[in-house]
Amino acid sequence: MAYVAIADRDHEIEHHDPQTFITKYIWSQDHKVIAVQYGLTAIFVGLIALGLSAMMRLQLGFPDQFSFINPENYYQFVTMHGMIMVIYLLTALFLGGFGNYLIPLMCGSRDMVFPYLNMLSYWVYLLSVIILLASFFVPGGSTGAGWTLYPPQAIMQGTPGVDWGILLMLGSLAVFIVAFTMGGLNYITTVLQARCRGMTLMRMPLSVWGIFIATVLGLLAFPALLVSAIMMLFDKILLTSFFMPAISSMGADPGYTGGSPILFQHLFWFFGHPEVYIVALPAFGIVSDLLSTHARKNIFGYRMMVWAIVAIGGLSFVVWAHHMYVSGMNPYFGFFFATTTLIIAVPTAIKVYNWVLTLWEGNIHLRVPMLFAIGFIFTFIHGGLTGLFLGNVTIDLPLSDTYFVVAHFHMVMGVSPVLVVFGAIYHWWPKITGRMYHETLGKWHFWMTFLGTYAIYLPMHYLGFQGVPRRYFAMGNTEFMPDSAQDLNAWITMSALFVAATQVLFFINMIWSLAKGPKADPNPWNATTLEWQTPDNPPKHGNWGHELPVAHRWAYDYSVPGYEDDFIPQNVSPDDAPAGRDHGGAH
Amino acid sequence: MTIALGFLALILATLLGWLLKQSFNTQPWIADVVSETAHQGPLGTNTRLIALLAFLAVVSSFFALILSAYALRMELGDWVPLSEPQLLWTNTAMLILASIVFQWTRNAAARNQSTRLLPGLLVTGVLTTGFVVGQLIAWQQLQATGQFITSNPANAFFYFLTGAHAVHIAGGMYVWARATIKVVLGRGDDRAVGRSIELCTIYWHFLLLVWLVLFGLLLST
Repeated sequence: MAYVAIADRDHEIEHHDPQTFITKYIWSQDHKVIAVQYGLTAIFVGLIALGLSAMMRLQLGFPDQFSFINPENYYQFVTMHGMIMVIYLLTALFLGGFGNYLIPLMCGSRDMVFPYLNMLSYWVYLLSVIILLASFFVPGGSTGAGWTLYPPQAIMQGTPGVDWGILLMLGSLAVFIVAFTMGGLNYITTVLQARCRGMTLMRMPLSVWGIFIATVLGLLAFPALLVSAIMMLFDKILLTSFFMPAISSMGADPGYTGGSPILFQHLFWFFGHPEVYIVALPAFGIVSDLLSTHARKNIFGYRMMVWAIVAIGGLSFVVWAHHMYVSGMNPYFGFFFATTTLIIAVPTAIKVYNWVLTLWEGNIHLRVPMLFAIGFIFTFIHGGLTGLFLGNVTIDLPLSDTYFVVAHFHMVMGVSPVLVVFGAIYHWWPKITGRMYHETLGKWHFWMTFLGTYAIYLPMHYLGFQGVPRRYFAMGNTEFMPDSAQDLNAWITMSALFVAATQVLFFINMIWSLAKGPKADPNPWNATTLEWQTPDNPPKHGNWGHELPVAHRWAYDYSVPGYEDDFIPQNVSPDDAPAGRDHGGAH
Repeated sequence: MTIALGFLALILATLLGWLLKQSFNTQPWIADVVSETAHQGPLGTNTRLIALLAFLAVVSSFFALILSAYALRMELGDWVPLSEPQLLWTNTAMLILASIVFQWTRNAAARNQSTRLLPGLLVTGVLTTGFVVGQLIAWQQLQATGQFITSNPANAFFYFLTGAHAVHIAGGMYVWARATIKVVLGRGDDRAVGRSIELCTIYWHFLLLVWLVLFGLLLST
């Protein structure tokens, strides 16, 4: 078996155990602390974005009832909500948060290979967040161009935040990309170079696979966003005409000639579509591990799962123009992109089947992380199926820019990854903090969130079929929309506010756990992966005490026939396994 | 977007080939006793080298995307080809020389001829700085003839491409400066300095390659 392990690497990794509070918790180079810093910052901005969505929903559900919402700041709420959720929350949380925490622990290494760069990555990310949030306070406020920032309107007079907001947004994105690149190079190199002895690639838990491939996608796709951000800054500041067509603005000629807004769309979606999978692949990986662990059964078709992740990653680069069907394109292009979009459903469906088959005849423990993982299967299937509608040119054209699209992408890349985020936090909470959370409270949190999101998004699909357009501040009197559409909109708003409010349960639970939660067992779920086998709980700086672990088996030895326990950790050698008899037969 | 796609296909094919090699015919569910003396595999070589190669892939992706945008924008009606200043030929020669001298320095480091390191590094530094300064002069020459960044999309791309390339050179110069300071002060062991020089050499060759591609494209359009 050709494997690349880092065996006697101990001496090369520098150990400077942090001494003071500042080096331990603030300027920390420990991947676990950086992960928590990333996670807290991402959740903090995520809460702001959640607040923005509540404001949006207030206007849509109860038009013109609130004096603090006018068309300008409505568009600012929409824009900032989208951008924060996709980039500053989900990307940062999955890769910066879970990537940082899980990669070294699951691969059996002491830390990331470049701890200093890792620390720098977090602080640069924080800088990008600060620049982004600063845009709320500059004259004119943040940009209201929509999260896709399409030119020409993004930098034309009349769009909110056209003077300062858009500059800060583009600048913040550029800084974020620098931060992500520093982190991403670390994740890749750590997975390739710092795995413990015996940890072959095909023994890595699927969480690591998902994060690894997502990082590769991010490193190759974020440059497209960087290029488009720089070129748009040029158009805005230096008055070049990369994207800006000859156009007159409010009776004046801003001086642009013949640029191509479609060029921006190509660059943006060349990043934007892989971005969907940058968020989804880590979720796929993590959910596989949660299902396997809590169903006490090996993941069904491990190799297929790995290859599906890789295939989805590769295909995600050749589907971008399905976001641009309405921009006008050669019909053969549309045909090509519709085909690739439908092909990507094949590896994705394989993953869904394998998750369901993993549950089949498993010994399912409906603990909180498992509930969220199973909830994810539901929401992901629903979001994925509507994707098949929108992937077809002829169905996409009438549905484009309606609530149907909003419902689709919120199910598939809003609700689904967020359910995994919650599942993962509950699952690894005992490892991160060393304490247990309140089980019943967690279950309430799950059911409110899960059912609540259906209350929001199912009616939204229906409104989309009715033709209710997205991004509108007010619907006005249109004939095709019956009055009942407004009633449904009010219902959606009430559900959204309800779901947003129930997230308090999560924070209460976590704070309660930190203060009074019972001390957690080092391996409360009887899991096999290495992070549960650390000598200390929570793991200390350097993770493994004196000796690095050795991986003798894959991450999915659950309910192996002939053994007393229903799990065998990865670092248990066949010689020492509880029943002493393991020839690795088919199980 | 064909350029970006072609580049991506190349990177992904490499990745896939390597993954196939790792995963083909393995049976991950079979446990085995991993001996305490198990050795590192073929990739367990140089962590920094792997990270540099990954970074070069990111930078390549960046430039491939600009070139894609260039090709798409060129097709529109308002494109007026730019006649590049002759000075670019001199600059190119300097960058080629810098690459050659860096290679020579690297070879010297590999053979432990430590007396050659400082002259090698200094000559490279002078040549590379000469390249960047030359690029700035080329910008001034263009502006003197009224070719501003807003005059035409071809001009805008010229300034963008050369600027982006120069910024990457400047990043390299930071690492070069650190290595040079180490050599001047005699600090840091020879192996560490040698490694820095090795990585710098690869980066310089890479940026030379990028420049040759950019220059070829600018000349031919």
